[in-house]
Amino acid sequence: MKLEDEVVRRQRERAKILAWLLGAFVVLMFFITIAKTRMNW
Amino acid sequence: MPAIELTNPAALPADWRDLLALTKPRVMSLVVFSGLCGLLAAPAVPPLVLGFTAILCIALGAGACGALNQWYEADIDAKMRRTANRPLPAGRMDRQSALHFGVGLAFFSVILMGLATNWLAAVLLAVSILFYVLIYTVWLKPRTAQNIVIGGAAGAFPPLIGWVAATGHVSALPLLLFAIIFLWTPPHFWALSLFVRSDYAAAGIPMLPVVAGVPSTRRQIFLYSLPMAAAAVAPSALGLTGAVYGVSAAALSFVFVVLAARVLANRATAPAQMAAEKKLFAYSVFYLFALFAVLVADRWLTA
Repeated sequence: MKLEDEVVRRQRERAKILAWLLGAFVVLMFFITIAKTRMNW
Repeated sequence: MPAIELTNPAALPADWRDLLALTKPRVMSLVVFSGLCGLLAAPAVPPLVLGFTAILCIALGAGACGALNQWYEADIDAKMRRTANRPLPAGRMDRQSALHFGVGLAFFSVILMGLATNWLAAVLLAVSILFYVLIYTVWLKPRTAQNIVIGGAAGAFPPLIGWVAATGHVSALPLLLFAIIFLWTPPHFWALSLFVRSDYAAAGIPMLPVVAGVPSTRRQIFLYSLPMAAAAVAPSALGLTGAVYGVSAAALSFVFVVLAARVLANRATAPAQMAAEKKLFAYSVFYLFALFAVLVADRWLTA
């Protein structure tokens, strides 16, 4: 395998995982905010 | 373009599987389980999303500990068969990436815990990470045979953190859960270190069997199993749990002490003849899972 190909493959793979994780984090923060707000009602 | 051989994989961006391996997922499972049990045994149950986030933070904190431990011990890991194939000693990633990953996970887990639950739980999580990395990994482990005894406190934090995340305060039961894991850790790790002691000796880690010898370690295993059993039945004796937990804890602890007594009676020094030690090690993992599962069952049955 070419070195450049492997670097690009790993970078793409990590970027995809990071994007999913960031998306999940945003959703989690949204639900945390809702739950904390309800606790203070 | 000619094909280039990958002679130095560490020069590449780390593969996500290696980043995952840095977090020691198998160790994390026991940490997550005990943290979850601490949370579920608490008198106040938090909203589902906050409970989930608390356990996620405990898992990420444990992952940070694993990554920072592997970052610091890469040279030692390379000398032991059991750990030589980890990402750093195997040369699949560079040390700086492991350090950044571990520190990042640690900060993220503590801040998220504080925002989602309460700052006492976040402080306890931060203390447990710092204790594991600085007190156990950096200070005690390479210096003293008592490394596991004091370092065991780091692994005892998760049920306490889970409880505090749910309630916002510390009380007697989570402190007893802390004591159970604290006293369980030495016999658990010493049973393992008896049959892999050549690995520890080769790496220059002063584990008890290497420093004090096999018979002394067997005595210590048995002696520690007694206060551990007492701590396990204490929640019931003090009226903090019901009879389901009390009877189960007594039975599970009795078997633990019997297996520890068999280890004490074993005179073999060759790892191949250490069936009693291997049995105690395997049972010790089951013991902790079962004890905490029964604690939660008791709490929900008597609620």
